[in-house]
Amino acid sequence: MQLTERHREYWRKNLAITAILLGIWFVVTYVVGFFARELNTITFFGWPLGFYMGAQGSLIIYVISIFYYAIHMNKLDKEYGVSEED
Amino acid sequence: MATQTQAQFTQSLKKYYTVYTGGFLAFLVALAIAEQLGLPNRWIGYTFLFATIGLYAIIGIMSRTADVAEYYVAGRRVPAVFNGMATGADWMSAASFIGMAGGLYIQGYDGLAFIMGWTGGYVLVALFLAPYLRKFGQFTIPDFLGERYGGHTARLIGVGAAILCSFTYVVAQIYGVGLITARFTGIPLEIGVFVGLAGILVCSFLGGMRAVTWTQVAQYIILIVAYMIPVVWLSVQLTGFPIPQLSYGYALQKVTEREQVIKDDPKEIEVRGILKAKATAAEEKLKDPAAAWAAGKTEVEQKLAAVKSDRKATPEAVAAAEKAVADYPKDADAAKAAWTKEKGLAARANPPRAHSEAFPGKDEAARNTARLNFLALVFCLMVGTAALPHILMRYYTTPSVREARNSVGWSLFFIFLLYFTAPALAVLVKLDVYTHLVGSSFADLPRWVASWGAVDAALVSVKDLNMDGIVQLAEVVLGQDVIVLATPEIGGLPYVISGLVAAGGLAAALSTADGLLLTIANALSHDVYYKMIDPHASTKRRLTVAKVLLLIVALFAASVAAQKPADILFLVSAAFSFAAAAFFPALVLGIFWKRASQWGAVLGMLAGVGITFYYMATTQVWLRGVFGVTSSIADNTWFGISPISAGVFGVPLGFAVIILVSLVTPAPGKKVQELIEHVRYPHLKGSAARSA
Repeated sequence: MQLTERHREYWRKNLAITAILLGIWFVVTYVVGFFARELNTITFFGWPLGFYMGAQGSLIIYVISIFYYAIHMNKLDKEYGVSEED
Repeated sequence: MATQTQAQFTQSLKKYYTVYTGGFLAFLVALAIAEQLGLPNRWIGYTFLFATIGLYAIIGIMSRTADVAEYYVAGRRVPAVFNGMATGADWMSAASFIGMAGGLYIQGYDGLAFIMGWTGGYVLVALFLAPYLRKFGQFTIPDFLGERYGGHTARLIGVGAAILCSFTYVVAQIYGVGLITARFTGIPLEIGVFVGLAGILVCSFLGGMRAVTWTQVAQYIILIVAYMIPVVWLSVQLTGFPIPQLSYGYALQKVTEREQVIKDDPKEIEVRGILKAKATAAEEKLKDPAAAWAAGKTEVEQKLAAVKSDRKATPEAVAAAEKAVADYPKDADAAKAAWTKEKGLAARANPPRAHSEAFPGKDEAARNTARLNFLALVFCLMVGTAALPHILMRYYTTPSVREARNSVGWSLFFIFLLYFTAPALAVLVKLDVYTHLVGSSFADLPRWVASWGAVDAALVSVKDLNMDGIVQLAEVVLGQDVIVLATPEIGGLPYVISGLVAAGGLAAALSTADGLLLTIANALSHDVYYKMIDPHASTKRRLTVAKVLLLIVALFAASVAAQKPADILFLVSAAFSFAAAAFFPALVLGIFWKRASQWGAVLGMLAGVGITFYYMATTQVWLRGVFGVTSSIADNTWFGISPISAGVFGVPLGFAVIILVSLVTPAPGKKVQELIEHVRYPHLKGSAARSA
């Protein structure tokens, strides 16, 4: 089966959203983790911010990222006619 | 049920599990009433053990199957939310349930590496693996390697790596099951392991993945209820607010205040001085253990003789001197062991570490190494999570790619519920210990201290070292595992909740053990037997082989667990580094880079695992002993990275080797190119789509 230009565009868009979410994942995990000592000097609703990010903040962002990816891609499937339903 | 549509099936699942959850809560209430009426604790323990295992057995028997797709991938009709719960139970092991909050209690911020590592990995699963593996739609992870890279070599390395990481992991789970069973019923651990094994097998033997899936959903519900009730209760008691995840910032501030007070308290300093003196004395003796042992022996014997000849000595003094002689180490080796342990008291001679401080260290260099190790560990745990076959396998079971994507979200959501509670639990227990236990009088210790101390002194031990009758923090030793197990008693909850927590731990260990056993047995029965030895085997024969192998692997794992292997915790953590180095580069490049070739993958996987193994073997104490490595650890250490994070070298090397070798070897053929396109698009019109 030959891929059409539209198929290639779908894949490029998939790669783009994947790269963006991977970037967010990287910043939240490693950049924030790297500066945890510095962030801990800021207080966030009672928590030192560095600790909060490790214990809750990063987790919340992970969950949201995954659901966002699912919703985005499921929509993209339909838009580009590669969804399983049709 | 075969005639049902997917929507009807989902509806009836919702109904079943709602009834199930209601029934379970009613069971709890009934037991609580029975306790008030005088049912002894031991019977509550038995009831929980047999009721929950019986329940899993019923689900397991109801889900028996003779269909290959049902056996290997639960018929591919597990809705996203239910697959999420099953993955949650599959993922959260005894270590997550019992050990993690304790680890956070002891290590503070540094323990968060596990919280982040074991959740952030799902982002990688969602972005790089789950939807594509679902579209590929076969049965195991080595299956993908075999089809994508062609030939049996990549498949066989995949089978080897899957067994390597899953087996060490499953031994630890069966050990955990045995431990909890033994605590529940008072039977010895060696037998408890096999009782637990029966509990594991009833879930998986007759129905494979189908039975494991539906018991895992049931186990998830029990474990999350069991984890939440005590924390919510403790939160109400300590902060007056029932949602601990929102309110423990306030508790953390109080803990930090208490840390300061305890650090400067003269009585605490006195106790720390006593511990330090003991440790220093032991260190001194260890310089020449044989001589110190002989000198010490003479000393206690002379003292006894002196007391005996002294007519004014009280009978107590004589008894004490006799006891000192009787308790004196039998030989120099025993003395050496005892002194080495005493030398370890030095660790307790430090003021409490600040709970929220990240990467503590004595100077800038030590702090930087601590930070590097923290980030490296997070990396290995994340990539390892995204490469463990028993997790990835779960995404074969959803009805569609769309559901697979949603299902990763639900998986992490259900895992998140427990993981964002664990740090709250650790802080709340710490606050309770720092404010209620510390400063209380030895005559009036909280009840949980005595009851858990009686179980095992390594779990709880409180000794009045400076003889002032008041508890100082430096006199308190809490084991990692006791934090979660004792929370109901610390909060003053009835025993039925303690039983519930143990049942939750059991559910966590059983569900993970099932997923792992199935991974190993399926890799052997499907990839080795069916794909490599006898591709013409009948369905009946394939399933018989699968079940026999499951039984053999389970018995073998249980007999290893019954030996109480040392360093089991290290092996489990090592499994993450191995899985990361072996699978992640080959799987991801296999999907995202059409050029990745068979030899690239084969050599990349071998190189990744090879370097990971080499680094561990030269830097980890136990493995160095096994392989007779004699050069110093410092010479073998790279950038100060701990052996547990060896995957931090294996993963990049794996990627590099696959890329370099692929570029100098021929590109994969047309069939493979088509396979890659097939997995990249949920549906391609006109392509010979495999049946879903």
